[in-house]
Amino acid sequence: MSAEMTLEIVTPEGSVFKGVIDGVTIPGLDGEFGVLRGHAPLLGSVGIGTLTIFTGNKKTFYAVNTGYVKVSPTHVMMLVETAERADMIDLKRAELARQRAEEQISRLPRDAAEFEKNRIALMRAIARINTSGRK
Amino acid sequence: MAALKDIKRKINAVQKTRQITRAMNMVAASKFKAAQAKMINFRPYSESFMQMLNELAGSIGSASHPLMAVREPRKVRALLLTSDRGLCGGFNNNLIKAAERFIAEKRNAGLDVELMTIGRKGKDFFKKRFAIVNARTDVLQKFDMSLAVGVSEDIIPPFLAELYDEFYVIYNEFVNVSVQRPKVLKVLPLAAMERSETRNVEIEYIYEPSAKEILEKLLPMYVHVMLYRAFAETSAGENGARMAAMDNATRNCEDMIENLTLKYNKARQAAITAELMDIVGGTEALAKG
Repeated sequence: MSAEMTLEIVTPEGSVFKGVIDGVTIPGLDGEFGVLRGHAPLLGSVGIGTLTIFTGNKKTFYAVNTGYVKVSPTHVMMLVETAERADMIDLKRAELARQRAEEQISRLPRDAAEFEKNRIALMRAIARINTSGRK
Repeated sequence: MAALKDIKRKINAVQKTRQITRAMNMVAASKFKAAQAKMINFRPYSESFMQMLNELAGSIGSASHPLMAVREPRKVRALLLTSDRGLCGGFNNNLIKAAERFIAEKRNAGLDVELMTIGRKGKDFFKKRFAIVNARTDVLQKFDMSLAVGVSEDIIPPFLAELYDEFYVIYNEFVNVSVQRPKVLKVLPLAAMERSETRNVEIEYIYEPSAKEILEKLLPMYVHVMLYRAFAETSAGENGARMAAMDNATRNCEDMIENLTLKYNKARQAAITAELMDIVGGTEALAKG
């Protein structure tokens, strides 16, 4: 087994991250989980939240949005719809998106199809805001 | 002299047209680059996705899923992708013809056909002779995954509700800049995934949450991925076709200008000759008198 672990994050817009890492915590669908080198093969769903990459004593944060992760002992492959590094997040836009979603949610009946859409939009906006604050 | 002026005016007009077509060619070229980049950037995603899906399907075996349900087809639904604007050669015509062929073929087989469209050209052509389920326009210039997800709302739930039995996408397959090919792709029911014999079947994955749940989410996403690719290829194809069409138009303009200039010079020469003849005739007459 090689001594290194690599992580690759791919979105429909292209590859976002590719490199050697020490570890990563992933916002899974049922809660966050950490992956270190030598992890057992795993196939999991990724939810909406903050992804943390550990390299040396440095942490890098990404806001990610729904997808899948394939873990093998030396390689982590992530397929997500979007992934934005903390310092690239447009906080103003995220705040606006949050306000918009909150307004819609307070207005719409709970069973409307639009309600669910806005709930997801709100989660996404909150994830981006939270991630952006973590530097 | 009137002929000379007419020709001159024509030359000017053609020159102006050439300017426009050349500008349009350059606009299309830059849009094409962006569209092509989008298409290429998507490849790693779609490839990894397919690999993941194959492995998963391989390890669970021949899983059955409502999206794979093969029913005796009575009604089929097709999504036709065209561009919103013209001036791109036979691009839209080819797609529309492919759609017409598809419809005729299915009707001959005794099937009902429903049509969805993306792009103004397809909508305009079919709206009078066809009930279009959902027509979207002005979305392909700038799109992301959420468009594919939105469109699949009109595809997946009605399929699961058995409102129709097969789903096709009619889109432009991008071969290269100058070669565009209309393609009819069957999307639903999803083809059963082959259990991959060669690839590391021995790897036992932990599934988070469960293999079944993951597969249930991956399969609709497979539809999204296919749609996204069709969008990207069509949009790259549109701009490629427009580039070629405008390049052709520019070249035609140049040919016309050349011909007209030749004609103009000839006419000018003829006028000069006629004038000279007049003068010579006049002096001769004077000398005689």
